[in-house]
Amino acid sequence: MAHFVDRRLNPKDKSLGNRRRFLKRVRSQVKKAVDEAVRRRGIADVDRGESVSVPTDGVTEPSFRQAQEGGRRERVFTGNKTFQAGDRVKKPLGGGAGGGGRRGSPDGEGEDDFLFVLSREEFLDLFFDDLELPDLVKRSLKEITRTHPRRAGYSTTGSPANINVSRTMQNAVGRRIGLKRPKDDEARELLRRIFLLELISSPTKEQRAELSALRAERDEIMRRRKVIAYIDPLDVRYSHFEQQPEPNAAAVMFCLMDVSASMGEREKDLAKRFFVLLHLFLSRRYEKTDIVFIRHTHDASEVDEETFFYSPQTGGTVVSSALVKMKEIIDERYPPSEWNIYAAQASDGENFGGDSPKCATILSQELMKICQYFAYIEIVDEEEARLINSEASGMELWQAYRQVSEIWPNFARKRVAKASDIYPVFRELFARSHAGAGEKHG
Amino acid sequence: MVKGAAQSKSAPVFEQVDWDFDALRRTYDAIEQVARQDLGLDIYSNQIEIISSEQMLDAYSSIGMPLMYRHWSFGKHFLHHERLYRKGARGLAYEIVINSDPCISYCLEENTMPLQALVMAHAAFGHNHFFKSNHLFKQWTDAEGILDYLDYARRYIARCEEQHGMDEVEKVLDAAHALMPSGVFQHRRPRQPSLREAEEQREKRRAAAEENVYYLWNTIPNSPGEERERDAAMLERKREMRLPEENLLYFLEHYSPILKSWQREILRIVRNVGQYFYPQKQTKVMNEGCACFVHYHILNALHADGRLTDGAMLEILHNHTNVLTQPDFDDPRFGGINPYALGFAMMQDIRRVCDEPSEEDREWFPDIAGKGDWRNVLKHAWANYRDESFIQQFLSPTVMRRFRMFALSDNADDPYYTVTGIHDARGYRHLRDTLAGNHDISTLEPDIQIVDADLLGDRCLHLRAERRDGVPLASASREATLKHVERLWGYKVELQEVEPAR
Repeated sequence: MAHFVDRRLNPKDKSLGNRRRFLKRVRSQVKKAVDEAVRRRGIADVDRGESVSVPTDGVTEPSFRQAQEGGRRERVFTGNKTFQAGDRVKKPLGGGAGGGGRRGSPDGEGEDDFLFVLSREEFLDLFFDDLELPDLVKRSLKEITRTHPRRAGYSTTGSPANINVSRTMQNAVGRRIGLKRPKDDEARELLRRIFLLELISSPTKEQRAELSALRAERDEIMRRRKVIAYIDPLDVRYSHFEQQPEPNAAAVMFCLMDVSASMGEREKDLAKRFFVLLHLFLSRRYEKTDIVFIRHTHDASEVDEETFFYSPQTGGTVVSSALVKMKEIIDERYPPSEWNIYAAQASDGENFGGDSPKCATILSQELMKICQYFAYIEIVDEEEARLINSEASGMELWQAYRQVSEIWPNFARKRVAKASDIYPVFRELFARSHAGAGEKHG
Repeated sequence: MVKGAAQSKSAPVFEQVDWDFDALRRTYDAIEQVARQDLGLDIYSNQIEIISSEQMLDAYSSIGMPLMYRHWSFGKHFLHHERLYRKGARGLAYEIVINSDPCISYCLEENTMPLQALVMAHAAFGHNHFFKSNHLFKQWTDAEGILDYLDYARRYIARCEEQHGMDEVEKVLDAAHALMPSGVFQHRRPRQPSLREAEEQREKRRAAAEENVYYLWNTIPNSPGEERERDAAMLERKREMRLPEENLLYFLEHYSPILKSWQREILRIVRNVGQYFYPQKQTKVMNEGCACFVHYHILNALHADGRLTDGAMLEILHNHTNVLTQPDFDDPRFGGINPYALGFAMMQDIRRVCDEPSEEDREWFPDIAGKGDWRNVLKHAWANYRDESFIQQFLSPTVMRRFRMFALSDNADDPYYTVTGIHDARGYRHLRDTLAGNHDISTLEPDIQIVDADLLGDRCLHLRAERRDGVPLASASREATLKHVERLWGYKVELQEVEPAR
């Protein structure tokens, strides 16, 4: 006799522990692949799994085994067509030992790199790795949408805790009336009359007839009461809840970057991480997130992402041109009443002489009023970062922005020399988001 | 082709495509009836578990066992299989069956009802009978104890991870896994693996062994007399080691000077798991052949009896044929001889020889030709042979012709392969010998022994690999594995590859 077991509902991911152990082992290689992917991908695209390949040497499982080549071997094959005993066949170039067909290596894997897919979760973990985000922030970035249960009518199925008593009783009453279930009072009245008739010691003929009629009626009533339940499973209703996403409005994110020659590979890479992080934050908060890329030298233009990061341009540096451009685009396409506007600006701090006060003016008088948040990072060398660590020192632009940040709490600025410096720029933004203040819900 | 064909037809046990538990039970009972009454199979009681594809991938990655300790290599295999599966490059097995009592078969929930019937006949009866009756399994494995033992192993290793850290445990497991193939007693009967009730005994034994080892290794000589005494003790110790020793894991577990007791126990666990799989390696052709023969016979019998619909039978045959395809050597799909195809063909042929032998068969198989008693001939074969001896004994010219077999020799210093024999009268015996040799585990795995341990000198451990037919060890893997041996032994380890003394 066989015993059948349904295991499908057993907890899944039994091998999760093994998977974690494996990822730990190949961590450095995987990390490299993730960094590579961040560089390659679009900003809005970072947020998903990644296929990663790691060189096999870290993960081989060695054992004493026989080499694929060398020595004398003899094997039996199938499907002979023209061979006769004693025939000699030229070995294929490269000296495969098998003489035909494919031969896998003993553990079923080729020489190629070991390829596998990281989940979104694992990918983000590694992405966050050197940004040094606080755990709370990591968690809130990874969570995709927040939902809230809302009442949405009744349903015929549900958990006992959600049973809706009044609706259930309403149905039961209706059904009992419809099916003419004898009422309690009727039954009690009948029983009383039977009881009274039974009390009579010498009943007349009519009384006897009445008694048996009443008894028959009682039996019928009892039967009906039994057949037509007081509450039938059909009557039961449950309160139904739907998981509704929190009301989210649209957001637009402006990426402003100085692309003059002084911005090299390293600077752009840091800038990209900065943009990615802000975008991750926005895409979690808002259902729809647009990104606008504005690059500038002495002149600003709106470009696509590819051009933004990779296309070289030469020229001077006039930061205010980007701000003017941003204002233009907002006026044209993103009315502040409908959009939450965020901006992230990255630069190496160079600016055309005399332009910086102009920037400060544009920000203070126009942009900061309509922006949810404006973050500025100045990318500096690590050594430089050690030299100019005082607030007072720094370039003209830094100085000008200092005034802005003093007036506007939603303006953040930071000097950044390495990836872990990026997060503090957003610290307030994330802190604020937990308080849930200052949001416009369109 | 089946006895029951003439009898009155019965109603089909199922007609639907999707399975449900009722249909499974009815089908199981029908299959069991044929298995017991017609074939007379002897089986462990069955436990059939329905699992999802995700769980099937889980099972794949922990070498098919329902319980397994944790190790990164299983995670690696999981990722590997998962990727192939998600890409659609590879389907999942329809079932996995475990040599345990009760015999557990995992059936994939995505299987259709006809496939579930195929899988039950194949795994729950074919493999099950083979596990229970084959002498290798009887001798090397312990079907009642394996699940308990794995449970113990899992808990023990989890506890070690807690106490000594994941990294430390991983190092020992890595090393032990590398030596797993060299951790089997190939020629003597192993001691039966201890079960749960023997746990305390195990603890005691370990403590005693440890004391022993430390006592000997830590003795520091003070006077010449003591030194002589120590030398004598060391020699005594070496005698105890009973070198040469082929079971590297066993040796290291017992005599390594540096391992802690928990590390020894981990080696023991890995060794026992390796031992458990040792018979499976030697009986691929027979095991699969037996299962295929059984499912083919049973399902045909049910079909002939009207208990399987034509549609179901067609689907079953379609899958049966897919699994039993043997591509030709020049086909891109060729990956060696398909053990399913070879095993099934040979067993069908044994039946033919018993029932309708040709002259050639009478000459080749005088003992069984025309005797008609194929059930017992097969059962005897299933019980008493392994791949190599089975092929040596039963591979018939008919099968060799059907597969159009030929043997090819490959000498490293010759730019040509030589065809040493084909499926003709001159070649049959040579083909049979060669194919049997190809399935002999001793030609597939290197022969490595511990020959000396220099206890009085630098404590160097000497291994010797005897090359068969001049085939060397794969060098990169050899060096990596040697490092693992050194980690377990604690001192230098040397491996010498030698040509066998003739």
